[in-house]
Amino acid sequence: MTLGIGRPTVAVWKFASCDGCQLSLLSAEDELLAIAGEIEIAYFLEATREVKEGPYDISLVEGSITTPADAERIREVRSISTTLITIGACATAGGIQALRNFGDVETFRSLVYARPEYVDTLADSTAIAEHVPVDLELRGCPIETSQLVEVINAILAGRKPVTPTHSVCVECKLRGNLCVAVAHGTPCLGPVTQAGCNARCPAFDRGCYGCFGPAESPNSASLATWLEEEFEVDHPDLVRLFRSFNADAPAFRRESRRHEPEEVAT
Amino acid sequence: MGAPAAQPTTGPAVLSEDGFARLLERLHNEGYEVLGPTVGDQAIVHGAVTEVDDLPRGWGDEQAPGHYRLVRRDDEAYFGFAVGPSSAKRTLFPARQPLWTAESRDDANFEIIETERPQRRFAFFGLRPCEVAAIAVQDRVLLHGVVPDEVYTANRSDVLLIAVECGAPAATCFCRSMGTGPGMESGADLILTELLDGDHRFLVRAGTRAGEELLEHLEHTEATEEDLAARREVLASAVARLERQLDTTDIHGLLMGNLDHPRWDAIAERCLACANCTLVCPTCFCTTVEDRTDLAGTWASRERRWDSCFSLEFTHTGPASVRNSTRSRYRQWLTHKLATWIDQFDTSGCVGCGRCITWCPVGIDLTEEVDVIRRTSEDKVAPWPMVPSPLQEG
Repeated sequence: MTLGIGRPTVAVWKFASCDGCQLSLLSAEDELLAIAGEIEIAYFLEATREVKEGPYDISLVEGSITTPADAERIREVRSISTTLITIGACATAGGIQALRNFGDVETFRSLVYARPEYVDTLADSTAIAEHVPVDLELRGCPIETSQLVEVINAILAGRKPVTPTHSVCVECKLRGNLCVAVAHGTPCLGPVTQAGCNARCPAFDRGCYGCFGPAESPNSASLATWLEEEFEVDHPDLVRLFRSFNADAPAFRRESRRHEPEEVAT
Repeated sequence: MGAPAAQPTTGPAVLSEDGFARLLERLHNEGYEVLGPTVGDQAIVHGAVTEVDDLPRGWGDEQAPGHYRLVRRDDEAYFGFAVGPSSAKRTLFPARQPLWTAESRDDANFEIIETERPQRRFAFFGLRPCEVAAIAVQDRVLLHGVVPDEVYTANRSDVLLIAVECGAPAATCFCRSMGTGPGMESGADLILTELLDGDHRFLVRAGTRAGEELLEHLEHTEATEEDLAARREVLASAVARLERQLDTTDIHGLLMGNLDHPRWDAIAERCLACANCTLVCPTCFCTTVEDRTDLAGTWASRERRWDSCFSLEFTHTGPASVRNSTRSRYRQWLTHKLATWIDQFDTSGCVGCGRCITWCPVGIDLTEEVDVIRRTSEDKVAPWPMVPSPLQEG
């Protein structure tokens, strides 16, 4: 019995990305057959060559926009999708490849490629939401399979998905993790990072790496000041801390910029 | 503990180390799940205590705003530490609590299946006076309110409280300001004081008839004047070590008369709105519910979990958040904890345990914040009408 929109057609799209988030759907082993029964996979090249024409009820979009062609293609995807859900750090924040946004893409192009003129690329790697309206974002590098299944479940039942936007700290406390920052002195991005991973790294005595990007009201400046003053994390390390998978998410971008050497800062 | 307990009639007694071990044995023999301090992952946390060796003997802690370290003591004290990050709240008011599931067999009708609550006997062993006070605050809110909380009431129905007075307050503690420690006279079934001078022993006072019965079954001696003096010494030295204070004089008027104080902005500059303070607080009780369904649409569940007034989603009322800024959310937390809690429940929501100071990832200290507001707003302190709570019984 479905309470929501019947058996929806689903398309999975890839932009600039590593395919890891699409694989998260395929690795939903226990639920995969049930999912395939309840939704119609209409376009998912990672899984099948069989393609059904759009429009689609749900589009899952992986990857960031890095080329003029992709900037055009995402508009087409949007126009044939009723609901568009971005999945993963690339789609929601530009991904690790958004490190280029802090450098000069022309220099990279001329140094890395034998025939740079063949490479048609944009200066920045940008999130999907900077190009088209997005209905829901699933964060993470990669996304959590359980969150994706939860969203599909919620759509089928016509209810709100459980995808909290609070900090990772809440997940640590719910599962009874000891705070690695306070009790171990480990620098941790948990207080400014959105939940969703069930506090995986702190559960293994690691600080949070910020895979899920900024939480709903991230005070990264306060956290960075504390890490600098109390944990003696120096400026280059603060830049590295905030400049990873979600480097170009605004709250993290501002913070890493703040700790760059003066002459490099733009 | 729900109904007023019969008063004990015996005077203070002394348990040897051996008698202390037998107390623990006796609790197990009476079918209690004994929960007490244990050495967890580099912190002292509530855990199962089956024998005295499970206790953090010889361990202490070093606490400061945003800082906690386990440290080795130079003695063999069983209770030589202040409170850690966990509290009885995690047991009595669990972080996640399934409420019900619903199943459909015929595609149309759902059957609601209430979650079973097995009868459990808990003995909290080694609670500090501030922790006993925190349970009393949660009792007022969740047990004695007009609408008792089912989960809390079930977990609280057969609970024994074995307290140990505090001889090792941390630098973040301010129990004395809140009138909850370091010593205590009542509120627990047994009140112990660990005495380390001379023979390692425990002064024991029964706080209830149940505690007294427990004591009657243990080999003990009557306390001497020397034992009582040793207890006074433990408490005096604890008081001397309490560094922090919170002046609660007309705190309701102070905070509610200063809702626009610039200090709230200064706090918001530092506050991460991460919710740690509320989640380690032994009295905070805010929750949300999460609904789940399965892919086939034949099964659903509702679970209650801890939430926080610091989470933006928690402040959604209708279409939008009513407390959109970190400033407004911190102010809500502090004014509720220290002021409007009194309107609602005739008690402060704060017991002075200092957990919110230690476990704040950027070391925000509510005693300092209240002090700043007090020092910089003397002429602005306006009496704020105290509203009698419609939720209180009686």
